[in-house]
Amino acid sequence: MAYYKSYVMVWIALIVLTGATVGVSFLNLGLWNAAVALVIASTKATLVGLYFMHLRHEIKLVIGFALFPLLFLALIIIGTLSDTMTR
Amino acid sequence: MASKEKAGKGAPVAARLGIWTFLATELLLFGGLFTAYTVFRITYPDLFHQEHLKLNRLLGALNTVVLLTSSLSMAVAIAAIRQGKKRLMQAGIVLTLVLAAAFLAIKYMEWTEDFARGLYPGSNLFFGLYFVMTGLHGLHVIFGMCVMLYLVVQGQRNRFSADYHTPVEITGLYWHFVDLVWIYLFPLLYLIG
Amino acid sequence: MSQTESYLAHKGFKSWALTMDHKRIGVMYLVTTHLFFLIGGFLALLLRLKLLSPGPALFSAHTYDVLFTMHGAMMIFLFIIPAIPSSLGNFFIPLLIGARDVAFPKLNLFSYYLFVSGILVILISLVQPIDTGWTFYTPFSAENSAAVTTVSFGLFLVGMSSILTGLNFIVTIHTLRAPGMTWYRLPLFIWGMYGTSVIQVLSTPVIGITFLLLVAERLFGVGFFDPAKGGDPLLFQHFFWFYSHPVVYVMILPAMGIISEVIPCFARKPIFGYKAIAYSALAIAFISFLVWGHHMFVSGMSTTAGVIFSFLTFFVAVPTGMKIFNWIATLYKGSISLDSPMLWALTFIFLFIIGGLTGLFLGSLATDVHVHDTYFLVAHFHYTMMGGTVMGLFSGLHYWYPKITGRMLDERWAKHAWWMIVVGFNVTFFPMFILGMQGMPRRYAEYPAKYHSLNVLATVGSWLLAVGIVIMFANFIRSLNRGAIAPANPWEALTLEWQVPSPPPEENFEVIPTVTDWPYSYGKETGDTRGK
Ligand SMILES: [Cu+2]
Repeated sequence: MAYYKSYVMVWIALIVLTGATVGVSFLNLGLWNAAVALVIASTKATLVGLYFMHLRHEIKLVIGFALFPLLFLALIIIGTLSDTMTR
Repeated sequence: MASKEKAGKGAPVAARLGIWTFLATELLLFGGLFTAYTVFRITYPDLFHQEHLKLNRLLGALNTVVLLTSSLSMAVAIAAIRQGKKRLMQAGIVLTLVLAAAFLAIKYMEWTEDFARGLYPGSNLFFGLYFVMTGLHGLHVIFGMCVMLYLVVQGQRNRFSADYHTPVEITGLYWHFVDLVWIYLFPLLYLIG
Repeated sequence: MSQTESYLAHKGFKSWALTMDHKRIGVMYLVTTHLFFLIGGFLALLLRLKLLSPGPALFSAHTYDVLFTMHGAMMIFLFIIPAIPSSLGNFFIPLLIGARDVAFPKLNLFSYYLFVSGILVILISLVQPIDTGWTFYTPFSAENSAAVTTVSFGLFLVGMSSILTGLNFIVTIHTLRAPGMTWYRLPLFIWGMYGTSVIQVLSTPVIGITFLLLVAERLFGVGFFDPAKGGDPLLFQHFFWFYSHPVVYVMILPAMGIISEVIPCFARKPIFGYKAIAYSALAIAFISFLVWGHHMFVSGMSTTAGVIFSFLTFFVAVPTGMKIFNWIATLYKGSISLDSPMLWALTFIFLFIIGGLTGLFLGSLATDVHVHDTYFLVAHFHYTMMGGTVMGLFSGLHYWYPKITGRMLDERWAKHAWWMIVVGFNVTFFPMFILGMQGMPRRYAEYPAKYHSLNVLATVGSWLLAVGIVIMFANFIRSLNRGAIAPANPWEALTLEWQVPSPPPEENFEVIPTVTDWPYSYGKETGDTRGK
């Protein structure tokens, strides 16, 4: 039963975080709005990854497979911005 | 107890490596869209702010809850079959399917509302991104539903057990990924502030 | 030796169409991709024929545009990208690592059919053939009345096939190595294929989304690439080259893998710098993702980005150079025998050095401004892609032909074809370096008279090249029935595929071998075993 319980706890955390991000969006924080929204989204993503997708108990190789592509996502965004932001 | 949950009881390593590699390609497929989003949001901050107000924040949030819940039911289905509880697994997948359908229904309502107000993919860059991103995500939801339907049929035929349930595991990982994409799409599109 | 049936034993259409044997799937890819090599080559002959005269001749400028688009798109997407990975990779990865098949045999067959359906969709587009160039640059491709949407969809399917093949190989190499086959005992072809697969998996989805966005642009008026709507045509180029630069390493890394197998075998010497060659494959794969902007120096990209991308581009040359030096060091003091696979391998090194070094002219910001979009570029990429990849492929085909078919090639005809192709290739493409330096732009049907004589030379070269290729393919086909029966290990090579009969039995290995050494202990056995 232990894992069903942990799944429900994660789910509750996800819902609370969703509420929080909606709440924050009504405040005017300027640039910080985007930053807070992304931090909350990434927290949620981490929870889903660790618990629902079992990365918490995965072998190193699979964890590597999960994380490595993020580097390339960063590459395409940064590389493109290196042009568009300096034009 | 945690050790019981360990990878050994899940899918074989090859299947896990395979599905995670597949998810990597999905990440970069959406990656192009995230890049376009970043470029345009930096170039046109005012347009993004104005236009995003036309979206229905409430429906967006509701859909987020629906999809998060569907991830929970999927996770439960997998935990169930790892212990050989076939009925619970079936119930979990069916619930996931229902929630996925609800997600699409709400999305459909939103899109109809947008069209009724004259907002189309070609209206401006923000709505271009909105329709393309949610559209591609929606296609992934539909694809996931097809696979889950297949799982339900196979489940009825007693194909899965505590020893063999690789398709359920990898569909679960795919489904959580679809959820992950939405976790980012929701704040990026609805909550620009 | 083993009495088990060869993988070719079963006959009939169904035994091929529904096969999950990686070897048969490899052969099907081999035939399909080489069909497009011949068609694409024929189109190139037409282009060269037209350029025999500087003025209007033979067919209209529009037809010329269509033909060079089809030549480029076919050669790149339907031939050179899948040519080595999907065919020789499919056939030999499991054999080289001591496995019975790839990790996901069904998926393997599925990717073949995705590939074929992509081709069929592209063929449908021929009713309104596209003239955008293989690069599909917006806004032209977004406004063009030709069947760009259809082609995009077709290429999307081809891309999915490429992704699934790469995925299959990555998992295969991780999980199905024979006992004792540690990473440092892997044949270098496997390292090359691993780097290739990583690129395929991580870059292809970006071209997928690019094509989808192009279609969205055409069908729904989404304006991401349309300046009139606030979009940015350069964004298309960023996406396109984020895929298309790394993908040139999908083309070259497998060829480099083949060279790393052939050179030590025919020099009877252990490979020099195994780890350097192995890791340089991964380094090339990674760095290839950092340099795509070098295609956009004169497209209106910011100069800051230009400087960054130019700087990073030079880093690719480092691991590439390492490989070349290691091959040359392997040859040094080797007892070299010039059988056809070795001839092609040496040709690869020679031509690829020219192709690679001229790439530096194009990668450095200042000189690129001068030679960009001229015949210098055409010469450069034909020296890398044809002089490099295709020569590597030919080396692999001559090396592995006995294993695949169970027959030996006619060595005499192989050598006739070899010198014709090498001479023809250089006569065709070397003048283009000069033409480019003189300022002749590419992709035009007509040109000023001052470029005439070198163009005539190039066209004559293309005929020689064509004759050589015809001889080579005739040899391939003729030897299927008439070649001498191949022994299991005609080259006395040490990798695992040569330890099973030619052609291999359906399940590859009766007993999965246990590996105790790396496969490059050449020359140590009994001195030079293939006496001169
Ligand atoms: Cu490049």
